[in-house]
Amino acid sequence: MGDYRQPVRLEEALEVLVRPYTVLSGGTDFYPARVGKAVDEDILDISRIKGLRGISSDGTGWRLGATTTWSELLAADLPPLFDGLKQAAREVGGQQIQNAGTLAGNLCNASPAADGVPPLLALDAEVELASRDKVRRLPLSSFIVGNRRTQLLSDELLVAIHVPRSTTQARSSFLKLGARRYLVISIVMAAATLEIAEDRVQTARIAVGACSAVAQRLPVLEVALAGEPLDARLAEKVQRAHLAPLTPIEDVRGSADYRLDVVVTLLRRLLAEVAS
Amino acid sequence: MRVAFTLNGRKVEWCGLPATRLAAALRDDLGLTGTKIGCDAGDCGACTVSLDGRQVCACLVAMGQMDARAVDTVEGLAAKDGALTALQDSFLAHGAAQCGICTPGMLMAAHDLLSRRAQPNRAEVEEALGGVLCRCTGYSKIVEAVLAAQTKVTAIAPSAGGAVGTRIVRVDGVVKVTGRDLFGADVMPADALWIRVVRSPHARARFALGDLGPLRARLAAVLTAADIPFNGYGIYPDIKDQPVLADGQVRYRGEAVLALVGVRTDVLAIRDQDVPITWAPEPPLVGIDAATAVDAPLVQADKPRNLLLDGGVRRGDAATAFGRCAAVAEGTFETSFVEHAYIEPEAGWAQRVGDRLEIHATTQTPYMDRDEIANVMRLPPEAVRIVPTACGGGFGGKLDLSVQPLTAVAAWKLRRPVALVYTRPESMAASTKRHPARVRAKFGCDATGKLVACDVTATFDTGAYASWGPTVANRVPVHAMGPYAVPNVRTWGEAFFTNGPPAGAFRGFGVPQAAIAHEAMMDELADQLGIDQLEFRHRNALQAGDTTGTGQKLEHSAGLAQCLEALRPHWRKAHEEVAAFNRKDGPKRRGVGIGCMWYGIGNTSMSNPSRMRMGLAADGTLTLYNGALDIGQGSNTIMAQIAADALGLPVAQVALVTGDTDLTADAGKTSASRQTFVSGRAAEAAGQDLRQHILRLANAGADARLSLDGAVLTVRDGAELHTLDLAKVGPLMGEGVFDPPTTPLDADGQGIPYATYAFAAQIATVEVDIELGTVKVLRIVAAHDVGKAINPTLVEGQIEGGIAQGLGLALMEEYVPGRTENLHDYLIPTVGDVPEIECLLIEDREPLGPSGAKGVGEPGLVPTAPAILGAVHHATGVRAHRVPLLPHRLREAIVALKGEQA
Ligand SMILES: Cc1cc2nc3c(=O)[nH]c(=O)nc-3n(C[C@H](O)[C@H](O)[C@H](O)COP(=O)(O)OP(=O)(O)OC[C@H]3O[C@@H](n4cnc5c(N)ncnc54)[C@H](O)[C@@H]3O)c2cc1C
Ligand code: FES
Ligand code: FES
Repeated sequence: MGDYRQPVRLEEALEVLVRPYTVLSGGTDFYPARVGKAVDEDILDISRIKGLRGISSDGTGWRLGATTTWSELLAADLPPLFDGLKQAAREVGGQQIQNAGTLAGNLCNASPAADGVPPLLALDAEVELASRDKVRRLPLSSFIVGNRRTQLLSDELLVAIHVPRSTTQARSSFLKLGARRYLVISIVMAAATLEIAEDRVQTARIAVGACSAVAQRLPVLEVALAGEPLDARLAEKVQRAHLAPLTPIEDVRGSADYRLDVVVTLLRRLLAEVAS
Repeated sequence: MRVAFTLNGRKVEWCGLPATRLAAALRDDLGLTGTKIGCDAGDCGACTVSLDGRQVCACLVAMGQMDARAVDTVEGLAAKDGALTALQDSFLAHGAAQCGICTPGMLMAAHDLLSRRAQPNRAEVEEALGGVLCRCTGYSKIVEAVLAAQTKVTAIAPSAGGAVGTRIVRVDGVVKVTGRDLFGADVMPADALWIRVVRSPHARARFALGDLGPLRARLAAVLTAADIPFNGYGIYPDIKDQPVLADGQVRYRGEAVLALVGVRTDVLAIRDQDVPITWAPEPPLVGIDAATAVDAPLVQADKPRNLLLDGGVRRGDAATAFGRCAAVAEGTFETSFVEHAYIEPEAGWAQRVGDRLEIHATTQTPYMDRDEIANVMRLPPEAVRIVPTACGGGFGGKLDLSVQPLTAVAAWKLRRPVALVYTRPESMAASTKRHPARVRAKFGCDATGKLVACDVTATFDTGAYASWGPTVANRVPVHAMGPYAVPNVRTWGEAFFTNGPPAGAFRGFGVPQAAIAHEAMMDELADQLGIDQLEFRHRNALQAGDTTGTGQKLEHSAGLAQCLEALRPHWRKAHEEVAAFNRKDGPKRRGVGIGCMWYGIGNTSMSNPSRMRMGLAADGTLTLYNGALDIGQGSNTIMAQIAADALGLPVAQVALVTGDTDLTADAGKTSASRQTFVSGRAAEAAGQDLRQHILRLANAGADARLSLDGAVLTVRDGAELHTLDLAKVGPLMGEGVFDPPTTPLDADGQGIPYATYAFAAQIATVEVDIELGTVKVLRIVAAHDVGKAINPTLVEGQIEGGIAQGLGLALMEEYVPGRTENLHDYLIPTVGDVPEIECLLIEDREPLGPSGAKGVGEPGLVPTAPAILGAVHHATGVRAHRVPLLPHRLREAIVALKGEQA
């Protein structure tokens, strides 16, 4: 039987982590990995830590506390920049999962099909990692390094996700393709953030998930979109060649070719939606 | 850890390991088994409770997180005095609970929504229920019940003789909407030992057991093949080919190898890698081609060519008749393993009572279980008592043994109660599946569109063990020409062993697979001749007076033509709407398709009697002793309605004793859509028999009217009034038996395989996203000839639930051992996937059936996949030759078709 710690202060939690503990947050990835098995590891339950809760903002951007649930995100008053992330939140599992699962849990679990990752990549999000001795920030794009692998050290907690404010007007969107309506693992999903000035795309950030071990930004496409007028023709910019960073695999949900094929469609639809 | 929280408005304290799941604590420690566990992984929503006013999965909440929080469960919905909430009443009135295993979760999810929005719209209801799976209802009635939760309903209470044909609330409904119904995992004695089964990770391997001594020292027992008195079971008396525990060799992934018996936490703590087994894996035979290859190794040493069984139907001369045909269509169609995915995993417990064994488990077939356990234990059948619990869905999958033999062996040996509950992955890996099929079909017709000949070969992958394989291989040739009059027939069914999971019984016994083929052929012939697809089928529909492929003259009740006539206006309207939609450009294309089916009720050319008893006790209790198991389809209610009317007393006065093999007579298995027709007819006879006793005692005429008040039975015969004091004349007992008349099939498959057939036709409207390959089914209209709808709500429930499973078969369900062994990789339809369904009930009376009724349990599913696939073809031009038509398969086919056309 393992130890179970449930600190209310972050410092206590980080003190606990000096020795390895499994972090438990919303439990929606934790328990499904333990079906029919005795749960006997040492557990650090972070659900009662006040400092990890809630969404706040300042002049530079927004801070999404690690234990923010999908439902809390959906209920939060946030600008259109967050529309894509909210669309993703609505597609995570069913409402039961959204009420319990957390954003940070989604990132730390680091599934290739994690729906939170592409929209947060498209928001240029950073993660704040804290240990007893130091706090560091990493771009999300370098935090997740592989299928279920992150840069998180065993003595660290992900304490917050930071989303920078854009200098101009910004819009975002998210599209997910699954084989059924609810409770479905993405076959592919895509997210886009467009920063807009004078009816033109100033900066585009596009990310695609479930087409590689880690969700990928599409830099060549982003460059191609920059400076383009914000209208229906934006969608036509998407080319198969832009997908070079993707390395999809074949699994029960779809073939590799299919994934690349439909990503183009999803991206076109996504851009058409953001542009309109 | 000690936590204090509020449970259904009461403060409670709980003490235990903090990582304990809330669902487990509620059920095991706090005595509230209303919260169900279907997966322990968040995938099914059966455990949905309200936590601080929000729905969550109780299987994903750590008890350590519960301090100072408030949880509400299904048990907390009704008022203290038992008064149901409007939502619960609405669930009852709409027939929203079938087996009831999902009902607590559905209620709590809906409760969450209704507490926020009193009058939600359909989209909001679907969003709220999206995380709870139901395998029985097809969701329609659940959504309707939630939408109508504000509308007050008055329950129907038919008077004497008026129950049949009414929509009475199911007799076992209240326990289902209050969480009080007891399923397999809800009845475990506190002192029971538990079993954890160690299963094969390989599809084909030899293995050697190491020294089990250390494990045995830690546990009550470690059972191996050597502990099983007779280590073989199987559906057929002469094919006991499946070992309870594998003996040195495994033939499919998930096969049981060892049983660890001990204190629950002890057996769970032992991981597979701690068990000394040395595996020598061998390349498995996967699929029909591997099994039939010339040099294929044998799956079972005594089954040459890996052949389980073959046979067929031959009538006229199909081969030459094709030469006379004006149009001929040909095609090959393949289907996959399909999992039953009942939301209740296999569960039960056994105990030794003196020299008898008592088994409490979820099952579809108590008497077969009894005989099979007796055989495994080498005990006389009378020494085994099966007490079925409520069954949280079966669909054929709980016709085979699961927890029964291991709990029996352990309880017998240890003289302690022993329990076993499968985990979801275990349930999926170990249990039977729908047979993967390859159906090669060729149909021909004359210039007027009359069918002339058909030649169909259906080859089945029966997996590692026979299970119901012979039933499938027998039933399919009889049905493979479809519900049509075809003078020249050659059909063939054959089943081969592979190292797949044993393929068994699954709603339709192979007929749904064959229907995909014959319906595609109907579409192609109709299209070749430019005849409307519905009219083409109407022209060929079997009618009373026609002769079937097996040479059986259908005397009555062949209502396919009526079904098609009822569908005609819907068909025209759907075509007009689709054409209007498709005039717009865009990636979404719509299509309409139609599927027809027929289905023989009961066993194929085999006796399958049911016996029912109805008794009036000295205290006036009226009881139907009902051996027909209700697995959600509603047979408890149907039997009560039929027997009450036959006797002539109000159905509300009928109490039921169901399933217990010590208390009821054998009413056969709940399969083959037979309970309403066969057991219903026996229940009718039992009611009539009891009535005869009463009339004789009162010396009253046949039209006399009965009433029962306490122990006083009043018989009103015209002006005369007799009262019978049951305390003096009771107890009275009536008995009824029915065995549908059939004859054996000869070498050419000629004979009378079934006493009657159900007929149906369905229309599907779909929308295909051409660019993504996704299919959204928009609407289904289902016309079913059921003979007589004893309870229309229950009939619709069977049709709607069948349609949802047919949709899954067509579009998403594919069991791949080792890859889709859970409910997030194996997808079944959610509330958002099942379309609006309109049921049209056609009642072409079957004189043999009770009040003219036939069966509907399986027919709902059979025409759905063909209708959907036809609609996809209409929308895209793609004919699906392999199901499920997953998005990537459809998209690839669309691209290929475009390439051909370009
Ligand atoms: C039925 C079902 C459906 C689902 N559907 C989807 C879906 O559609 N899309 C999707 O993306 N996901 C889905 N998920 C996955 C899951 O809900 C999400 O990934 C969720 O956001 C995880 O959050 P959690 O708080 O529950 O994580 P937990 O289970 O508590 O933890 C997940 C992992 O992250 C670690 N961890 C958590 N928080 C921290 C932290 N702050 N610092 C360091 N480590 C941490 C834990 O140790 C653990 O390894 C589904 C899950 C279920 C059960
Ligand atoms: S048991 Fe909790 S979701 Fe299935
Ligand atoms: S009634 Fe929903 S699963 Fe049976």
